[in-house]
Amino acid sequence: MTTRTLAVVSAGLSTPSSTRLLADRLTAATVAALAERGITATVEVVELREHARSLADNLVTGFANKPLQAAVDTVVGADGLIAVTPIFSASYSGLFKTFFDVLDKDALAAKPVLLGATAGTARHSLVLEHAMRPLFAYLRAVVTPTAVFAASEDWAGGDGPAGALAGRIDRAAGELADLIAGRPPAAPADPFDDPTTSFEDLLRRS
Amino acid sequence: MQFGIFSVSDITPDPTTGRTPTEAERLKAVLTIAQKAEEVGLDVFALGEHHNPPFFSSSPTTTLAWIAARTSTLQLSTATTLITTNDPVKIAEDYAMLQHLADGRVDLMMGRGNTGPVYPWFGKDIRDGIELAVENYALLRRLWREDVVNWEGKFRTPLQGFTSTPRPLDGVPPFVWHGSIRSPQIAEQAAYYGDGFFHNHIFWPPEHTQRMVEFYRRRFEHYGHGSADQAIVGLGGQVFMRKNSQDAVKEFRPYFDNAPVYGHGPSLEEFTEQTPLTVGSPEQVIERTLGFRDYVGDYQRQLFLLDHAGLPLKTVLEQLDLLGEEVVPVLRKEFAALKPAHVPDAPTHASLVAAAGGAQDATVYAGADDVTGQVRDETSEVEAR
Repeated sequence: MTTRTLAVVSAGLSTPSSTRLLADRLTAATVAALAERGITATVEVVELREHARSLADNLVTGFANKPLQAAVDTVVGADGLIAVTPIFSASYSGLFKTFFDVLDKDALAAKPVLLGATAGTARHSLVLEHAMRPLFAYLRAVVTPTAVFAASEDWAGGDGPAGALAGRIDRAAGELADLIAGRPPAAPADPFDDPTTSFEDLLRRS
Repeated sequence: MQFGIFSVSDITPDPTTGRTPTEAERLKAVLTIAQKAEEVGLDVFALGEHHNPPFFSSSPTTTLAWIAARTSTLQLSTATTLITTNDPVKIAEDYAMLQHLADGRVDLMMGRGNTGPVYPWFGKDIRDGIELAVENYALLRRLWREDVVNWEGKFRTPLQGFTSTPRPLDGVPPFVWHGSIRSPQIAEQAAYYGDGFFHNHIFWPPEHTQRMVEFYRRRFEHYGHGSADQAIVGLGGQVFMRKNSQDAVKEFRPYFDNAPVYGHGPSLEEFTEQTPLTVGSPEQVIERTLGFRDYVGDYQRQLFLLDHAGLPLKTVLEQLDLLGEEVVPVLRKEFAALKPAHVPDAPTHASLVAAAGGAQDATVYAGADDVTGQVRDETSEVEAR
């Protein structure tokens, strides 16, 4: 059985948080879907609330402090990412955006990503498509065709909306598991390895 | 080991009074600071180059030439010279001039510059930063080492039969350091040529410095310039001192909290822990600075940032007194005792001349008519027709 790491970024602020709740449902479903494909997943959760001040500091100083750097390394080094945000003022929250602002612009290139969002009403659901997808397209991540939105009413028990949520979660998790299973383990390049291009080549190019 | 100071040349309001110095005041203050640096026994003064407010230092060689005339031992350097947006021909000329005027007390630190609009203002593109640094520096080296240069590249007008004047003093070009916070390509460039590598080592965690210096040392050895521990390394550092460390913290806090680079972010205590900034007693500065060696190895040059963030001239001069009287003498002794014999000192004009087998006048005379002694000037010939 092979092993892959799955990073989960949750930008929920309240406790308990419906954003974290959705993140956990997506995570459990993805772990199960990976297991069906013969892959054991190691899950690492990054709660952005814990890094709220560090993220603001990073904007000002240009570097991540140690706890934030550890969170960044977790996400950048993972084989797959689940990113979930609450909807604030018709878009992802500022905290969520700040985390992706401080990443290197190539850090998520080619990384399988599953997007999720939560809000009070389903009227916000297209934020997934016209705010979150473009952000991850810019970062050149590979986003699953299904992104999962959960409004307050989705958490109601019984058939109907709740059942629909479970169905969306399973479909999205399957898509993410397929993406992760279909590629080799992530191996972020170390910029301090001996250069692959010699300095003579750099000189000749100019 | 060389000790000195470097100035960013920022004009920043003093947050304790709300007053912003004029350009004239800051410029004169920097001259006073440089003279004071020599007076208190420091070795190096390095000045930044910027082409936009709130900085005044657009023309470092003018300032450094003035300082050269008023000092006698101080080594003059830059922090940094913009190798990307300056014409390498002008750098070759300006710094050879300065080298002559300063009797060889000149070296340079190359940097790419991080102010976005400066590139387009000088007709360049910031995305070409590394390529510009590589091509321009390769040309600069040739201009200092070859009397007549024929050259063609990507970023500048070709040169045919060009002689950069004056030729370097004693036939020996100034020593060059390359500065970069996190671009391995620049450390690679320094290693390739066997030049020095400087890490600014301020405002950022020391882990960045450590990785860059390790890489530079490894590549220096790879290119056959000596063993990794013989590579020429310089570090920056930022300190604020008072005899009593609590006084230092109390006095520096408003400057820290409002500083242009890191202000309004982490607390002074957090930033001191996360970066090499030391605010405290001279003893604390000595202890912290000696600790730099633990992660970069034996190094050749330590520059401190003192005039920054709106600190008044009087305070900066007091800092220089503390640095010269209490800190540097101890550091000199301690670092010297730790350094193995095979680790070289930073090159100076004297050591480079000695390595070249002695001073040679490098003047290039224009071709003259043997009979009349008249210089053949193609332009005047054309005009005469």
